[in-house]
Amino acid sequence: MRVIIMGCGRRGSTLAAMLDAEGHDVTVLDVDAAAFSFLPDDFGGTEIVGNGADEDSLRCAGIEQADAFVSTTRGDNRNVMAAQMAKHIFNVPRVITLVHDPIREEMYRSLGLRTVSPTLIVAHSLKEALLAEESALGGGVGGVEAAEGGNGG
Amino acid sequence: MYIIIVGGGKIGYFLARQLLEDQHEVLIVEQNAEKAAQIAEDLGEIVMLGDGCEAATMERAGMGRSDMAIALTGDDEDNLVVCQVAKHKFNVPHTIARINNPKNERIFKMLGIDATISSTGVILAHIEQELPSHPMIPLMTLKGGGLEIVEVKIPPDAPVVGKPVKDILLPQKSLITLIVGSDGQARLPTGDTQIQAGDEVVAVTMLDSEDALRSALVGEPAPRPY
Repeated sequence: MRVIIMGCGRRGSTLAAMLDAEGHDVTVLDVDAAAFSFLPDDFGGTEIVGNGADEDSLRCAGIEQADAFVSTTRGDNRNVMAAQMAKHIFNVPRVITLVHDPIREEMYRSLGLRTVSPTLIVAHSLKEALLAEESALGGGVGGVEAAEGGNGG
Repeated sequence: MYIIIVGGGKIGYFLARQLLEDQHEVLIVEQNAEKAAQIAEDLGEIVMLGDGCEAATMERAGMGRSDMAIALTGDDEDNLVVCQVAKHKFNVPHTIARINNPKNERIFKMLGIDATISSTGVILAHIEQELPSHPMIPLMTLKGGGLEIVEVKIPPDAPVVGKPVKDILLPQKSLITLIVGSDGQARLPTGDTQIQAGDEVVAVTMLDSEDALRSALVGEPAPRPY
């Protein structure tokens, strides 16, 4: 599978390394060349400096031949703009985007984008971990009301 | 009308001032505290401090009851999202996005934004108009039906100078809507209104009739003298 990953931070680079190790054809796109240092030394994919929300950068990364596009930057707006371009303009068959703000995440999901919410996933994991700790300590029930979501990650 | 402007830069500020003069209810959402304070000092309490891309901020701004949302920030992706959230989450009837990078104009249209204004494009077009072969300025593109509003400055050697509007053969679906004379007076044209050299003609046209309209009003472009 030919995959373009927008954003080479911790999440983008980890995903890129995983897919590359499994034999996929991976291209990572980041506005900052220094971000590519997150990639492992044996990374066999392509690194391109450019903005994923820019039509020409996407073309340069080979979007017209891509089987999949994933946007992973910290900026929700950049992510959803790039994802919509990949889906509606370049007709990439598989498009996935991170959206940190749960309200925007829900909206773009209802508009047909496949979204992943790091905020909700982390909040749920934290809550589960807390509950597990609590039951390991033998028991208060219902001590944890909710876990706080944030934009970190 | 209740109009929400996201982005309190120069354009947002002057637009808000104009809209207030026209008796509209206006709210500017600006995330820079200093800018917000400055606007409040000049225009009164019509500013809300916050990130206008956050749905929660929009909720507080009363996006749900607004008649129009105008996104004027310097980042195209922010303007796109403001308009999409306003439209799909809050059912705002009219959304307008400023486009900074002219490349994005086509993309915004394909992604369903009602109306776009390419600030860079408008400035470029105004400068280009000073060059002999570019007398037409696109003012605004309307999504429905591929229509656009353009402004054409009539040079002294144009074939339409001295002619009444009814005698000008315009391309299909094109309409002259306003004529601004060189004295700055705007006139609503009738069939008998004569076009003068130096007039600025505002017309509605189809996107793909732009060139035909230009030729009808100013003649074939002359070769550049340099």
